[in-house]
Amino acid sequence: MSTLPLSEYVVLGIFGLIVATTVAGALIAVLSRRMIRGVAGLALCSLGLAGLYYFLNSPFLALMEVLIYIGAVCVTIVFGIMLSETDEPEAGEKPARERWWTALSALVSAAIFWGLCHLALHSAWPSAGVQATNGSVREIGVALLTTYSLPFELISLVLLVAILGALTLARGGRTKS
Amino acid sequence: MSAIVQNLLGPGWPWVRLLLYLAGIGAFVGANAAYLVLAERKIAGRIQRRPGPNEAGFGGWMQPFADVGKLFAKQMMIPPGTDRLLYCLAPLMVMAPPLICLTVIPYGENLVARNVDVGLLLVFSFGSINVMALMLAGWASRNKFAIISSARVVSQNVAYEIPMLLVVITLLMATGTLNLNEIVGQQGGWFWNWNFFRVWVNPLMPVTFVIFFICMLAETNRAPFDMAEAESELVAGAFTEYGGMGFGVFFMAEYANIVVGCSIATVLFFGGWQSPFVVLSGPVFGPLWFMVKLYALVFTVMWVRWTFPRTQFYNLLNLSWKILIPISLFTLLLTGAMMKLPLLLHHLF
Repeated sequence: MSTLPLSEYVVLGIFGLIVATTVAGALIAVLSRRMIRGVAGLALCSLGLAGLYYFLNSPFLALMEVLIYIGAVCVTIVFGIMLSETDEPEAGEKPARERWWTALSALVSAAIFWGLCHLALHSAWPSAGVQATNGSVREIGVALLTTYSLPFELISLVLLVAILGALTLARGGRTKS
Repeated sequence: MSAIVQNLLGPGWPWVRLLLYLAGIGAFVGANAAYLVLAERKIAGRIQRRPGPNEAGFGGWMQPFADVGKLFAKQMMIPPGTDRLLYCLAPLMVMAPPLICLTVIPYGENLVARNVDVGLLLVFSFGSINVMALMLAGWASRNKFAIISSARVVSQNVAYEIPMLLVVITLLMATGTLNLNEIVGQQGGWFWNWNFFRVWVNPLMPVTFVIFFICMLAETNRAPFDMAEAESELVAGAFTEYGGMGFGVFFMAEYANIVVGCSIATVLFFGGWQSPFVVLSGPVFGPLWFMVKLYALVFTVMWVRWTFPRTQFYNLLNLSWKILIPISLFTLLLTGAMMKLPLLLHHLF
């Protein structure tokens, strides 16, 4: 397949594009003041991530990323925004307490960033040359219920926590704030 | 120079093939949208006992060119107060997913741009972006009608995605593969081998198709479920603020989505490029059969639109949550039981 002249540069260019999409999406998601643009950035970031999964020889995972994170999660978030907030928040002076929280979160995220960088630079990365499964329904089913059954079951725990959180928030009601 | 040509035709062929298909799909989507609009208007005219467009050239056959010329000539206006970036991006976002989906649909035995192993999943994952694009269009317009329409689009799509995916899982259990070409390959021979008629896998197979078809109508926002556009109550819903080619692109995307949905229905239930009778199959007749089945379904979609009035929004949601989801869950269970019970009985006795 890769016998076209300059094909490795084309592939490299596509990889660069995907990485740029991911980073740009993440930056938009974090930096934009309008919530709706933040969600659009998140969707873009998920699309880029799907591309990265594709480059890691996992088309199934890539498509699942698109289906779940763009098709379900982002859509739900946008729906939430649509029902709650209509205008963009005003840029005002932040209270002192909020500044402390900002500093604290900056510290924590810097620590996480340093840890990840350390991990990335000093660990031996296995090359993702081979495709884990060929994407057939049977193999995915077998893999989910044998090799990866612990993560598969843990997902249900995450969903349980999410449901409990939603219940707590919903029962609190609007009167609290 | 000759080395490059050899490369292109030799092992480099997939690239050329892909490029040719991309150009072909682009042309197909454009021509298809233009002439489906005409077909829709002619069918509407026929059903309502009036001639339909019949002025522009050869009894109305040049009408699409007149329409496209008009849409291109109009100025693209960006109303004040809109979210400029998202407003301009939304038509692109609504057009891209159906184009991607069309690359994996097998029109003939060897006539598929990319024979992806997870083709069915690809269609559904990119199909789910469509709602996001419509929603952003409605939101970015900053118009009451558009925002009401966006809210409707989301609740409708979230509600109908569930029975649709359940139905597809039911079918997937019968086929055991996500590769669309393999699914078609399994339905060879006479027409009773089509998934639609395979009642020995699941006696409710035709019901499954009806659920799939209803969900497809709802997902592509077609009447009687065209809550997003609802021209008699919401002006034009999410497209209210769009003019000229911006509006035109939304319509192209709508028809492209219908074609994708009907192609998937053809592939999953009606044997894709397989001939209904063993004769007249092969690389020439295959795509022809596919097109016949595809356009029969597209015609049904239009027929439904001009026959049934628009439903109420609550009825729409009730239909999904109270009728379609329970039935599709039941068919899922039934298929599972019918596949595994013989094994169990064999094991016990």
